[in-house]
Amino acid sequence: MPSRGWWPLLRPYVMIAPAMAGIGLFVLYPIFYLIKLSFYKYNLMNKAKSKYIGLDNYHQIFTRGDFYQALGNTALYTVGVVVCTMVLSLLAALWLKRKSRWNRIVQAGIFTPHIVSIVSIALLWMWLMEPNQGLLNYLFKLFGLPPSAWLQSSKTALLSVILVSVWQGIGYYTLIIVAALQSIPPTIYEAAALDNASRTNVFFRITLPLLSPQLFFILVIMTIGSFKVFDTVQVMTGGGPNGATSTIVYYIYQFRTTNIGYSAATGVVLMAIIGLLTFLYFRLLARKVHYQ
Amino acid sequence: MNPEYARHPIRVLADYALKGAVVLVFVFPFLWMISTSLQTFRETMAFPPTWLPASPQWQNFVHAMKAGPFLTYARNSVVVTASIIALQLVVMIPAAYAFAKYRFPGRNALFGLVLLAFMIPGQVTFIPVYLMLADWGLIRTLLPQILPFLSSAFGIFLLRQYFMQIAEEIVEAARLDNASEAKIIWRLMIPMSTPALATIALFSFVSHWNDYFWPLIMTDSNAVRPLTLGIAMLRETEGISNWHILMAGNVVLVVPILIVYLFCSQQIVKAFVYSGIK
Repeated sequence: MPSRGWWPLLRPYVMIAPAMAGIGLFVLYPIFYLIKLSFYKYNLMNKAKSKYIGLDNYHQIFTRGDFYQALGNTALYTVGVVVCTMVLSLLAALWLKRKSRWNRIVQAGIFTPHIVSIVSIALLWMWLMEPNQGLLNYLFKLFGLPPSAWLQSSKTALLSVILVSVWQGIGYYTLIIVAALQSIPPTIYEAAALDNASRTNVFFRITLPLLSPQLFFILVIMTIGSFKVFDTVQVMTGGGPNGATSTIVYYIYQFRTTNIGYSAATGVVLMAIIGLLTFLYFRLLARKVHYQ
Repeated sequence: MNPEYARHPIRVLADYALKGAVVLVFVFPFLWMISTSLQTFRETMAFPPTWLPASPQWQNFVHAMKAGPFLTYARNSVVVTASIIALQLVVMIPAAYAFAKYRFPGRNALFGLVLLAFMIPGQVTFIPVYLMLADWGLIRTLLPQILPFLSSAFGIFLLRQYFMQIAEEIVEAARLDNASEAKIIWRLMIPMSTPALATIALFSFVSHWNDYFWPLIMTDSNAVRPLTLGIAMLRETEGISNWHILMAGNVVLVVPILIVYLFCSQQIVKAFVYSGIK
């Protein structure tokens, strides 16, 4: 067999070829295509009529109020989701970290929404948040609170969407923090107990620092994930009322057929934001590893 | 903190009560969905709410399923999800093996591209991918929902980690026995990494069965739409106030996954934790 010589050299490339072709075709090439599109006034019906317009799309983005509204909403949404989910899942994890049958059941319970489609979650919460017949307003009434318009008022709509996302996400992050807590060697806590360290001291001096890599990882995953929010908004509010829940991806989606070039330029901006966040993450992480 | 910590019975009781309440917050909405799906329109409109229907209205399900071609939606969901999982495994196993066990020029750079792909979300690339697939004339087929997920960067990454943990000596011993590389993968690597493969397949199943964004972009006819889109479209065909019908449709989408979860929640939970920590 003459193949003896070159086949072992070629083999790895052949083995990764299908995977790399998929990545090249559906991730890398589209990035360049996206950037190219962002410089054009693209004509979907007749591609020959597409026109190079330089940075006009970008100029438009940064002078349009509705883009800033979508960006602001996305930022608010992200901060709301990240802060609430972080705090609540940390508390839940501290509470549920002991390995016991009951704790496992509770963990499985709060994780349930995570494996269900966001469409279902969104429809379900639209029903719960229905202003007249919804269960939430009924509960509000039971406790003597004034009913809320939930998704139907521009004052509460974004908050309602945040609530749903936090509800869906907590379980997953709790699980990760529980796993991290359980991997902290118990000898450290025993030593602290011998020193009569107070519980708050143990938490802030031992638990939190040892947990920081995982918390940081979660923070990044959650921030990037939140910046991509779309499904909940599309199903629950359609960006409304009055753009109060329009987010960046929803914004891109709205222009995907009517103004492809503009939509693509917004996609490039989103990619830049995500890239920046990822870069910051690696910088901070590198610094952290250095310090230890 | 420390299990020996003396606990008052009332505190223990309060702890259980709180745990029950928390589980209820996360599980009750699903029970409420099921209850609503069996109520009459009049019952859903009552205030205070009807907790349980006077007699279960099973025809709500028939009604919901007749509102669109739900058999087609269900078939599309099954075909798309199964094809993605099968293709991903076929593509990822040799790639992960090559990245884990061979040294070749450009390996790190190429693996860097895999990691880069991991970080670029579909929400950024969907416009060019759509235009490309439309150019190829595929929009009326299921392929736009399958092909873009051919290589799972997450899967390649996870499986490579797993393969790297399998000792080099074992692989070398098999090579000395004249086992071909294909045989090593088939008889050695795959059996030794079933937990990772199960995690990846499960992850793929949950995310693609539940996917809404991608099929929403990539489809323009009912013939190729999956269940998630069909359920979401009930809002338009049935009207937003027919909650009993909407919830019946929702039950059809959610209950299969909840049943699977009920029986293997521990494995599913482990798979998700594993994916989050690596």
